[in-house]
Amino acid sequence: MLVRVLDVLIAGLVMGGIYALAAMGLNLQYGVVRVLNMAHGDFIMLGGFGAFWLFTLLRISPLLSLIICAPLMFALGLLVHRLVYHPIRLKSPSISAFEGYSILASYGLIFILQNLVIVSWGGRLKAYSYLASPVNIFGAIFAANRLVALLLTAGISVGFYVFLSRTRTGKAIRAIAQDTEVAHLMSINVDRLYAITFGLGAVLAGLAGVLLSTMFPVSATMGFSYTLIAVVVIVLGGLGNILGGLIGGLVLGVVGAVVTDLQPGLVMVAFYVMFLGILLIKPTGIFGKKGG
Amino acid sequence: MDLAQRRPPRLLLKWLIPLAAALLSAGVFFSVPLFTAPYVIILMTSILMYIILSVSWTVFCAPSQYFSLGIAAFFGVGIYTYTLLKDALPWAPFPLLLVAAGIGSSILAFFVGLTTLRIKGMYFAIFTFGLSELLRHFVMWWEVNMTGTVGRWIAIVEDIVVYRYMAALAVITVLAAYLLRRSRYGLALRTIGDAESASEHVGVNASAVKIAVFAASCFFTGAAGALIATRWTYIDADFAFDPIRNMFTIMMSLFGGMDILVGPILGAVAIGTISDVVLARLPQVSRLLLGLLLVAVVLFIPQGLAGLFTNLKWSHVKDRVLAKLRGRHDG
Repeated sequence: MLVRVLDVLIAGLVMGGIYALAAMGLNLQYGVVRVLNMAHGDFIMLGGFGAFWLFTLLRISPLLSLIICAPLMFALGLLVHRLVYHPIRLKSPSISAFEGYSILASYGLIFILQNLVIVSWGGRLKAYSYLASPVNIFGAIFAANRLVALLLTAGISVGFYVFLSRTRTGKAIRAIAQDTEVAHLMSINVDRLYAITFGLGAVLAGLAGVLLSTMFPVSATMGFSYTLIAVVVIVLGGLGNILGGLIGGLVLGVVGAVVTDLQPGLVMVAFYVMFLGILLIKPTGIFGKKGG
Repeated sequence: MDLAQRRPPRLLLKWLIPLAAALLSAGVFFSVPLFTAPYVIILMTSILMYIILSVSWTVFCAPSQYFSLGIAAFFGVGIYTYTLLKDALPWAPFPLLLVAAGIGSSILAFFVGLTTLRIKGMYFAIFTFGLSELLRHFVMWWEVNMTGTVGRWIAIVEDIVVYRYMAALAVITVLAAYLLRRSRYGLALRTIGDAESASEHVGVNASAVKIAVFAASCFFTGAAGALIATRWTYIDADFAFDPIRNMFTIMMSLFGGMDILVGPILGAVAIGTISDVVLARLPQVSRLLLGLLLVAVVLFIPQGLAGLFTNLKWSHVKDRVLAKLRGRHDG
């Protein structure tokens, strides 16, 4: 019994860490840039493919891929923001029109990214084996890569949280999330920080993707469900609430592991029921502020 | 949106003209099969289906600015309602089953609206985005674990019969959308899209209007799903809830233009024809192109094709012509 509980708990925390990382990126993009990027999961997919190709072609360890992929994803995020979301912002008469149109544009982006990958690399699952040696924790047996992923997600999340709360750029980003106009008056370059924030969101998605690829096969269409999960996590933690999202991710991961243990086909359904429950009882999220 | 200047429509304009237009187009649709090849019938059926989907999508989403990304969900529920009822009541007449399928979708839309339309539009988009995926997972789980199958057989209906029903349904959808836009509900929906709290202050029950119109619009989505499914003979959850239909419908509506009724029809005809004739041979490339096109439309012509034309207002043209006739040149 204890072994089974440990099994489920650790598997849940590992997935929860990934969910939290992915959700943090989306949360940042929505909370600051006001873009609910439905293609977020596809950025995760791109990170996964990056790690896969670096490992298969050049034998580069995924740990090193984290460092290689981060600037690439940042550049891609900046590019997408410059080409798509920035022009939409300039044209939109109001913030809600911007939100609506950017959702529709991100919907198109899903199809662009997915099919670019399918056209260039095919639609099949791709996997590589990294640190698959078993590790025994009080009788529960895990592949070492799971534990590495758990440690790294924790490290990256904490690092990012410190960046947001301690550095100048991080404080500017939070200021924009609180009140864009006042931030502008405090001579914060809002346009530049929108671009940086969107890029950082893409980086977090890419890192989550790299870590995922060490444990599971990647495929061109994997993004969709991760977008959904990220969305559920940030609604759970409260839109725009970074710390709430971290906790929400872990909760979702553990719930997912428990349901997988009982009825593997119903994981998505369970997440959706939680989502529905939150919307009905407390739409601002468990950790959301009133009216947020 | 020049609501203030619009005169109250006279009885003739309000009822007779749209009714005559509907009858005329129904007549055209019914006589077309007498002249054309079977392939054209099949192509026209799917274009008519997309007209239904995009008109019923825009009738709610465009004025209210609440974007549903779950068209495939309501479409698939229509299909499953039809299939289950057909198995249970094999003697039931075909039109009755279609209506039941539409009602099935409406009921789902009612509950979705009840939970998500009362809060910010963002949640509605998010929730419907995953709805088709949720139903796909759930139906698949149910079929495997409870009924012990994967998919279901559907009694096939002749192509020409499907075409006729689809044409009739399309005419009804467009007529209903036309009447809704001119009704109190249409106006209320537009004020909600412009400024929701202001519309509540002038006495619009915003939640009730949103839920009612959304549920009504999904009726047509579900019925269209049930109708097209009779052409497929075999369905499973993957096929019934295929998210590509979201993409197509949104794309067509945006491309055609959502502000006037002709827009989504135009978009469905244009994209439906192009994608069937030119792009069906390369599915991945065509999906890639559709994605690019959607982003391009949002960026460059957010008003759509129809928007390009309405900018050339008839009254402006008339004024200019009259001025010329009178020999005056005031630019």
